Amino acid sequence: MKKLTIPEEEYMLPGHTACLGCGATIAMRYVLKALGKNTILSIPACCWAVIPGVYPHRNLEVPLLYTAFEVTGAAISGIREALDALGKEDVNVVGFAGDGGTADIGLQALSAAAERGHNVFYIMYDNEAYMNTGIQRSGSTPMGAWTTTTPGGKKRMYKWEPKKSVAEIMVAHHIPYVATATIAYPEDMISKLKRAKEIKGPKFFQILSPCPTGWRHSPDKTVEVSRLAVQTNIFPLYEVINGKYKISIKPKNPKPVKEYLRLQGRFRHLTEEEIAMIQKNVDENWKALLKKERCSQEEE
Amino acid sequence: MSINLPKDPTPIAKVPSTENKTGGWRTFRPVIHYEKCIRCYICWKFCPDAAIHFAPPEAHESPKEALAKFDTVEINYDFCKGCGICANECPVNAIELVLEENFRGDEE
Repeated sequence: MKKLTIPEEEYMLPGHTACLGCGATIAMRYVLKALGKNTILSIPACCWAVIPGVYPHRNLEVPLLYTAFEVTGAAISGIREALDALGKEDVNVVGFAGDGGTADIGLQALSAAAERGHNVFYIMYDNEAYMNTGIQRSGSTPMGAWTTTTPGGKKRMYKWEPKKSVAEIMVAHHIPYVATATIAYPEDMISKLKRAKEIKGPKFFQILSPCPTGWRHSPDKTVEVSRLAVQTNIFPLYEVINGKYKISIKPKNPKPVKEYLRLQGRFRHLTEEEIAMIQKNVDENWKALLKKERCSQEEE
Repeated sequence: MSINLPKDPTPIAKVPSTENKTGGWRTFRPVIHYEKCIRCYICWKFCPDAAIHFAPPEAHESPKEALAKFDTVEINYDFCKGCGICANECPVNAIELVLEENFRGDEE
């Protein structure tokens, strides 16, 4: 006998080649637990392209199609239409791409798939840089972060541009379901995925998946960092159903963003003024999100 | 010139990754102290390697009579890479990280 808060079925095998404490593998575990065996995945070049291991090894109990970096959106559209033509409408088609393959390289294919309105899931596991190729800056890298292509030095050439909000870009496509999630809240993530399963049309998820290698934190802190991202409001969890915002977790007393930044080596260089600037940015974004939620409630 | 293609030219990966015993990567071995374990399964939930599995309730001792009816957990050291998330997340600190070199003597 056991009391579990998430499904027991396991569709991800052990023995994969992810780094110690990888957040993206935890994200995949939950996604497959929520969607079940009747799922087809498509993965572009990203960490998950190497995690299942080299040919002829497989790591997932569901079919998986590898594609080129920029075509995840097109690949899942094709799989969906082929399945529909065969009359197999109960199969979940999932694109599982990193933040580089979503926010930068794959954005056009994703945008087109969303606009055409295919009945697919697109899951962006956001580890905030091109981690697979060696921690290069992506559009999704947060403000102030060190990466190998924003190496700092005397001129302090870190990434100072704000993080691109892909979830908001997807909201602007007027698709029926957009949500953010993170690995520290698996119950929240799985309930969102199950809700999305019932909706016909494109569904987009942004899942924050800490990367100990690229974020320069100890591997045992992966879940802690992910939890702090929500508790400091730097990565708020919300869902947008048919344009209506709903915040999933509202921290009663949000922690200072410094607690989140100080756990990670990629923010080690930040001065107090720079942290204050990031804090201000986070507070503004949070206020804007609260406003959007209020507007959605007033409309009803 | 003709190229002889196999009947199905798509390479299909069929060998399960459980062939790779990633336990060899480990520096720290998580050891569960069952006398403290409250069987909450948080370690199972957060394991990135799916290396924690359930075991029948009577497989290990339990700190309280009321908990004895619940399944217990075990770590599969063939696959555990020793990241330590389980030890960090355990609400009762029942998992200790021990340097792998301390176990070398037992196995020989």
